[in-house]
Amino acid sequence: MRDGPMTTATTLLSVRGVARSFPSQSGGAPTVALQATDLTVAENDFITILGPSGCGKSTLLRIVAGLDRQTSGEVLLDGHTISGPGAERGMVFQSYTLFPWLSVRDNVCFGLRERGLPRAQQLEAADAFLGKVGLRGFENHFPKQLSGGMQQRVAIARALANGPRMLLMDEPFGALDHQTRELMQELLLGIWEAERKTVLFVTHDIDEAVFMGSRVVVMSARPGRIKLDRKVPLAHPRHYSVKTSPEFAALKAELTEQVRVEVRAAQESVATAA
Amino acid sequence: MKPLTPVNPGARIALGIGFFVVFFAVWGAVTLGGFVSKTFLADPLSMVASGWTLVQQGFLSDIGMTVWRVLGGFAIATVAALPLGVAMGAYKPIEAFFEPFVSFARYLPASAFIPLLILWAGIGEAQKLSVIFIGSFFQLVLMIAVAVGNTRRDLVEAAYTLGSSDVSLVKRVLIPGAAPEIAEILRMVLGWAWTYVIVAELIGASSGIGHMITDSQALLATDQIIFGIIVIGLIGLVSDFAFKWINRRLFPWAQLGR
Repeated sequence: MRDGPMTTATTLLSVRGVARSFPSQSGGAPTVALQATDLTVAENDFITILGPSGCGKSTLLRIVAGLDRQTSGEVLLDGHTISGPGAERGMVFQSYTLFPWLSVRDNVCFGLRERGLPRAQQLEAADAFLGKVGLRGFENHFPKQLSGGMQQRVAIARALANGPRMLLMDEPFGALDHQTRELMQELLLGIWEAERKTVLFVTHDIDEAVFMGSRVVVMSARPGRIKLDRKVPLAHPRHYSVKTSPEFAALKAELTEQVRVEVRAAQESVATAA
Repeated sequence: MKPLTPVNPGARIALGIGFFVVFFAVWGAVTLGGFVSKTFLADPLSMVASGWTLVQQGFLSDIGMTVWRVLGGFAIATVAALPLGVAMGAYKPIEAFFEPFVSFARYLPASAFIPLLILWAGIGEAQKLSVIFIGSFFQLVLMIAVAVGNTRRDLVEAAYTLGSSDVSLVKRVLIPGAAPEIAEILRMVLGWAWTYVIVAELIGASSGIGHMITDSQALLATDQIIFGIIVIGLIGLVSDFAFKWINRRLFPWAQLGR
């Protein structure tokens, strides 16, 4: 079994035999983006999914979000089959997806308003979560007035304020510069350590995967499948200095090796296809 | 001059006015200098003088009539085009149903409908409004549908993961997201509506700027014709500026980062 030691905890999400293929443009065999994949996510877990670009890790996340449809298999959240997107699975995207016509505060209120919460409660929740991501004082700004890192902080606050069962993150810091990225990792980890919201986090950054995750899942080159599933042996709360610890280095070395092989494989398959 | 380098605001206004000065200077030189016969082209001074006479004879009410026809016809077209355009942009089957016909209809020249419209609606206001309507409705529908259909897909996905239903997606994402572009479309098409109204007034009208121009044609009063044309231009310019100003006020977020 791949699931490792976390199976004893309550299962929140189970991905069972989920595969995705795209019909070929030229009428040939369909392109397989994701091979039949199983993944069990326990309540309060922080799982990072690592893999070369194009390995289907985002496809897997989008299927869990309900934004993409699997060709076979099923995804269960709390034992119920997922058939489309919903508020119980909050998502943070790599692109900046704040609604540009809404103020920062109204962006965070968006989901709460969809649920028909009274305005006073919406504002209370929005301000609380904006405080948690360190954006008090920016409530009335428009998204375009904020830096990329700040916009992603609002996006995290927007997803969390909605009270989802789990948070799906698709390379949320991928467009940020290195320094901002590290600060965002600490911010998100701090929030997770305080709230223990279940997170599924896709990245291609090995440091990020190890630092943030309580479990790291490595995916193979296309067609993607899970080839490795490791528990991260680092205690919480984690300080950024943990990145220099021997445990961190050991796991990073192993994962680097594993990912390297896949990146190679991905490049070779592109080369043969061309 | 370097390509794409911005010009400072003062110089920009000066340059903009500069062309008008050049335009009038050349016009004045050719006409007052006797290079062109007065029958063909009146000079700027007699244009202004006859304009003033026209105003004293009640030309302002003609201007009022024309403005009201444009705005009336345009308002009706907008009220009808907005829901259809939004529905077509948001729902692809609706688009597939209407789009081919609307694409065809928008190339039907509004002015060619005038004889028919006179037959159907008489020579009253209904006919003038109909010309404006036909000229702007189909354009508006298509352009609004494109604006709504171009909504960023990642914003749509974000809304769904925040719990939006299909209906609230249209109301809270597609419409507000496309609103500034729709406002720009209205501004542009209003400009086109101005050209249709004059055509409508050239035939079977007893008031309006176009009617004055037809009357002047019979008298070979090129000064009055030019005055009428310039008045239309000025009104168009003013309405354009007003629209831009309102759009900036309504959608401050769309101006950021431009």
